[in-house]
Amino acid sequence: MHGTNDLILRTATVLISFILFAFSIYLFLAGHNAPGGGFVGGLMTASAIVLMYMAYGERAVSKIIPVNYRFLIPTGLLIALLTGAGSFAFGEPFLNQTFGHFHIPLLGDKELATALLFDLGVYLTVVGITMTIILSIAGDRE
Amino acid sequence: MMSNLAVLPIIIPLVSGILLAFFHTKTPFVRHAAKLLSVISTGVAAYVFYYVLQNGTVTLETGGWEAPYGIVLVADLLAVTLVLTTNIIGLACIFYAPHSLTEQKEKFYFYTFFFLLITGVSGAFLTGDLFNLFVFFEVLLMASYALITLGGEKVQLRESIKYVLVNLFSSIVFVTTVAFLYSVLGTVNMAQMAERVQEVEQQGILTTIGILLFFVFATKAALFPLYYWLPKPYTVPNPVVSAMFAALLTKVGVYSIIRMFTLVFVHKMEVTHELFIWIAGFTLVFGAIGALSTNNIKLVIAYNIIPAVGFMVMGVGIYNQTALSGSVYYMISDMIIKAALFLLAGAVAHVVGTPDLRKMKGLIHQLPLLGWLLFISAFVLAGVPPFSGFIGKLMIMQGGFADGEIAIVIIGLLSSLLILYSIMKIFVRGFWGEKDESITIDKKTVTALTWPVAFLVFFTVLLGIGAEMFYPVVDDISNQLMNPEIYIDSVFKE
Repeated sequence: MHGTNDLILRTATVLISFILFAFSIYLFLAGHNAPGGGFVGGLMTASAIVLMYMAYGERAVSKIIPVNYRFLIPTGLLIALLTGAGSFAFGEPFLNQTFGHFHIPLLGDKELATALLFDLGVYLTVVGITMTIILSIAGDRE
Repeated sequence: MMSNLAVLPIIIPLVSGILLAFFHTKTPFVRHAAKLLSVISTGVAAYVFYYVLQNGTVTLETGGWEAPYGIVLVADLLAVTLVLTTNIIGLACIFYAPHSLTEQKEKFYFYTFFFLLITGVSGAFLTGDLFNLFVFFEVLLMASYALITLGGEKVQLRESIKYVLVNLFSSIVFVTTVAFLYSVLGTVNMAQMAERVQEVEQQGILTTIGILLFFVFATKAALFPLYYWLPKPYTVPNPVVSAMFAALLTKVGVYSIIRMFTLVFVHKMEVTHELFIWIAGFTLVFGAIGALSTNNIKLVIAYNIIPAVGFMVMGVGIYNQTALSGSVYYMISDMIIKAALFLLAGAVAHVVGTPDLRKMKGLIHQLPLLGWLLFISAFVLAGVPPFSGFIGKLMIMQGGFADGEIAIVIIGLLSSLLILYSIMKIFVRGFWGEKDESITIDKKTVTALTWPVAFLVFFTVLLGIGAEMFYPVVDDISNQLMNPEIYIDSVFKE
């Protein structure tokens, strides 16, 4: 993917991509009890990265985000699977989940659930797969 | 908590596949790691089998959600036996793969997809939830789409389009059928479905849905008239992949038929199971004729998948304990021998450079061990005593005679002769005769390719000669199949 000279797109991307990133993280964290979750959060993140690729081209963006998206897929799968298998250690059935309330400085009393870790796996897998597919197709012509 | 045992045969291959994806460029390391992980996976499967044999069915309610609300995994004796067989075949294929695949293909995540295929197959055997069965079908199909196109040759892409379209269509019908069943029964948990179907004695619409479901599985299992898609796509990928497909994919379809039509839809036998007998008869005849129609050794063996499936479904159609024992016995034996035959045909084609039978002669001089393994395999497949194919077929025939289904038994016997002829043709034309000096063989590769085949053939011979030892297990399985309450009680334990 080559960058474009469209000044409007480039300027808007700076703003929009940050809003997209922030919103994707919000969606990801909201997912446990409200609409959202790892899947849609991951898609949103991927769309933000794709927007940056469209505006600034492959060379610039791969310097900003030096991540091999192919490795994100197995990493995410592994996190999700280990979260499920973690219940073995406590003698609980596979995929069992639990939650607790913790006091975090600045944020106050927050509920943390192990389901969030599973969602993190989903999130990484979705980002990895979406980016791999889009970049493979985009790189096909060169 | 021992109930987690039920999920181990799914998790271990999945973890293996994921771990190997990280190192996909380091081929020598991945090869050894894959072998090691495959041994571990087989060991665990063997332990789970042993545990279930000793202590009875293990059920796992995933996430702590009680049945029928959550997804249950039911490791009953049939499921764990098939999981163990799957792992043994996987083990042989993993040791065969490095000598058969190009390094390029291994780098493109071959081992990852290989383990994902085993994950999907094991999951399909173990799940106790119809929608979850659909999910595991998709897992194994996704892996199989990747494996069948691995390498991206023109002929592969042409055949895989057919394969993908047929499977996609049957998946759509599958999920539609699950929706029908859910709207009628209000559940997708197999045990609860069985209870509810029993309460209403499988009235009209349920039988219709049952037959629709049968046709979904019949497409996967390659039964008449839905087998047309099977033979060619199974010959185009690498022999290892073909062997896995032939041994596992159609058998998952057969397993699903056995499960659904011994557990849930058992109250209108005169419609459903009578239909199976007819379809099994046609499958036997057309599959065996197909096997005689070609000189491509890979295609001969691919066509031989079809009558074997016919035999298994025939046992379900006859539906008594002897016939079901026969079906299960034959299924285990056939999974192993089909894998062995595909690996064998792959080795022969690799040495000669073509799978065309007309270009082979006198191979016994160069490949004595492979030749005799083929000879034994032909006997196993056709059901010559004392090999394992014989025992399975004998029990199916006995069951058929006991129920007065004479016609189908005779068709079965005649098609066995055709099957024997089709494989013997390879032996006679390819292995007999003058030595062909133009063929040069690389001894080291041939030995490496022969051992996995010998390993699998050894198991089928063991299944035949040691029938005394294995029969009680199979008898126990068919006893569980004939008494659905055992399955239902193990899910809804008080």
